Amino acid sequence: MPRRFVAPMVSLIAGLMFVPITTSAQLRQPGLVYDFDRPDEKPAPPPKHDISGVWEPALGPGAGIQGKGALAMGSCEYKVPGVPYSGYAYDPKAPVPDCLRPAVEPPYTALGRETLLSHVPTEGYRMVPSVESNDPEPGCNPQGFPRIVLHLFRTSRIIQTRDNVVILYELNKKWRTIWTDGRQLPKNAEQPTWGALYAPESRWWGYSVGKWEDDYTFVGESNGFNDKTWIDNAGLPHSDALQVEERYHRVDRDHLEMTIIIDDPKMYTKPWVALNKLRLRLQSPSFDIPEEECSPLETEEYNKMFASPAAGKDATKQP
Amino acid sequence: MKKRLVTTAALVFALQMASVPIFAHHGNAEFDVGKRVTVKGTVTKWFWANPHCLLSFDAKGDDGSVVHWIAETQPPRSIVPGGFGEYTFKPGDEVTVTLEPVKNGRPVGRILEVVLPDGTKLITGHLD
Repeated sequence: MPRRFVAPMVSLIAGLMFVPITTSAQLRQPGLVYDFDRPDEKPAPPPKHDISGVWEPALGPGAGIQGKGALAMGSCEYKVPGVPYSGYAYDPKAPVPDCLRPAVEPPYTALGRETLLSHVPTEGYRMVPSVESNDPEPGCNPQGFPRIVLHLFRTSRIIQTRDNVVILYELNKKWRTIWTDGRQLPKNAEQPTWGALYAPESRWWGYSVGKWEDDYTFVGESNGFNDKTWIDNAGLPHSDALQVEERYHRVDRDHLEMTIIIDDPKMYTKPWVALNKLRLRLQSPSFDIPEEECSPLETEEYNKMFASPAAGKDATKQP
Repeated sequence: MKKRLVTTAALVFALQMASVPIFAHHGNAEFDVGKRVTVKGTVTKWFWANPHCLLSFDAKGDDGSVVHWIAETQPPRSIVPGGFGEYTFKPGDEVTVTLEPVKNGRPVGRILEVVLPDGTKLITGHLD
């Protein structure tokens, strides 16, 4: 066995053997590599104008916003002495979900706050059981952009061509195209179109264009969204005036930083950073991204068999 | 090399020891977070599905009657690394399930661990 595989293999086996029944953690997909696997590495310089490849949160499985909601990424976080990353762990003594309230709120307008309060999420500090939620995403409705990266950003493949950057997301097998062929964003974001060939149409995933800000920083801009989705799993709102800036900075050969900036004058008084430099790690190009496809029929069955009795909405027998 | 292996293994061990459930498709609102129940039972159905897999099993209640349990896991991609698979269970299999129950007292919960008759342990996380 090549030596570079020995440490991750041993750590995986050790982890699986000793995981206690009183706690749990997200399990790592075989084949993925994290920064803690290579504590002594000295990454090579970054290639110019290149963000292609298979990318995974670098600090560990589940690193990122997850269900906490934008601006609450560090909430309830449990720091383990001597462990470089424990951001996906919650303090066992923390008062969940109250500790999920972000220390700094997005700069809501009056309409933004009113819309937020009309959203009943299953995650974040306002969480309710799933059958009581009005989250538009369960049931396999599109989560849209940027929610797909402000929730479960999982292993994703970025493909660069002459005319565009395509991102293939693991969650629900979704993809987006960021055009780099010189076109401009739709001028009227509320009746967006790419031009005369296309009828105006608001989109779940918006319209996206991108360019290189410098040799190592690719910046995408998106608008033309419909207003049927949420910003994140905690129910943060957006309108059809939403404009998103996504920034990818190639730090070195093995690392990329992803930043998401929200600008929506109907919901927020000024632009704000929803995701700040999430560190991603380049994976093997042969890594086969797992299938995680949302099935409406299976979701319906799940709701009937599990979600309803879990919320006390049926006549399931008492134990 | 040996020192590095030990360090890495200890790191993962520490990470997993320190971790507690967090959320994804749905949060923790339904669950009695931190409570643990271990139930021995007989599998009646294994539903391999998104967004969550479901294990149905029958167990004996305190009064000797049969209790129909149902317990969820994360989606397939998240539990395959813990040893679960589409064909792991079939009706009639004996299992020992440790789960986090719901607050309302019904025989419903989310799986933390399943032990098979040969001692094999299958583990889950709570992301997803």
